[in-house]
Amino acid sequence: MTIVPTVREVPIRTDMDIVGVRQAVREVAVSVGFSLVDQTKVVTAASELARNTLKHGGGGTAEIELEERADSTALRLVFRDEGPGIGDVELALRDGYSSSGGLGLGLSGARRLADEFDLRTAEGEGTTVTVAFVNRDPAAR
Amino acid sequence: MSATAVIELDGVLLVTIQGELTDQDAIALQHDLTTQVASVGARGVLIDISALEIVDSFLARTLHDIAGSTSLLAAETVVVGMRPEVAITLVELGLTLPGLRTALSVADGLALFGGSIAAPSEGA
Repeated sequence: MTIVPTVREVPIRTDMDIVGVRQAVREVAVSVGFSLVDQTKVVTAASELARNTLKHGGGGTAEIELEERADSTALRLVFRDEGPGIGDVELALRDGYSSSGGLGLGLSGARRLADEFDLRTAEGEGTTVTVAFVNRDPAAR
Repeated sequence: MSATAVIELDGVLLVTIQGELTDQDAIALQHDLTTQVASVGARGVLIDISALEIVDSFLARTLHDIAGSTSLLAAETVVVGMRPEVAITLVELGLTLPGLRTALSVADGLALFGGSIAAPSEGA
């Protein structure tokens, strides 16, 4: 079993906190040697998901975790809220679907940017979205 | 604290985004620019985003909306200085922003408005 320590936990209560999540995620991505493009992808996905947590979940938390794997490091982001949950997951993941008048690319876009994606939700029980970005160890290439 | 600076130069609003924008900042920018375009009768808006490390779907939509609202007021918006990694990420996110005019640099962007604009410094 790999131990996955939580490096940072950031509360998401206001739109300033979305900026806080972006900055915290970038710091961790830089610290584990992500390329500039990969940093940009992970921070952009974090921004989309933090906004969803705020707007749809009524706020929550972002946890930033690092997992050492055989020949790579995974940066995992867990967005958790105790909001109303998502009734129709398939619809929520569809490009262009928005319940808030946005572009509808937050969830589907973050899923495309990430290497791994997991969504757990139930109506009335909140939503947890987990994305992971894998940084392959250059020495193992 | 303002994360953006706006100067007017020969009928063109030069907007420099200097750091992280909250969603509220982005909405305020759209409002302020649209108001200023009308009040000065600007013919163009040039938004320099070279300081931005990311553009997410919210900000992308705001830039698109700024271009839309200024266009209704007869001013064209050009977004300049997007970083390559931002462009790569936006496409992967599913956003190619059709209809948004872009240029690589401030100079290239200004050239789109016609070459009659003088440099903003060294008064002569």
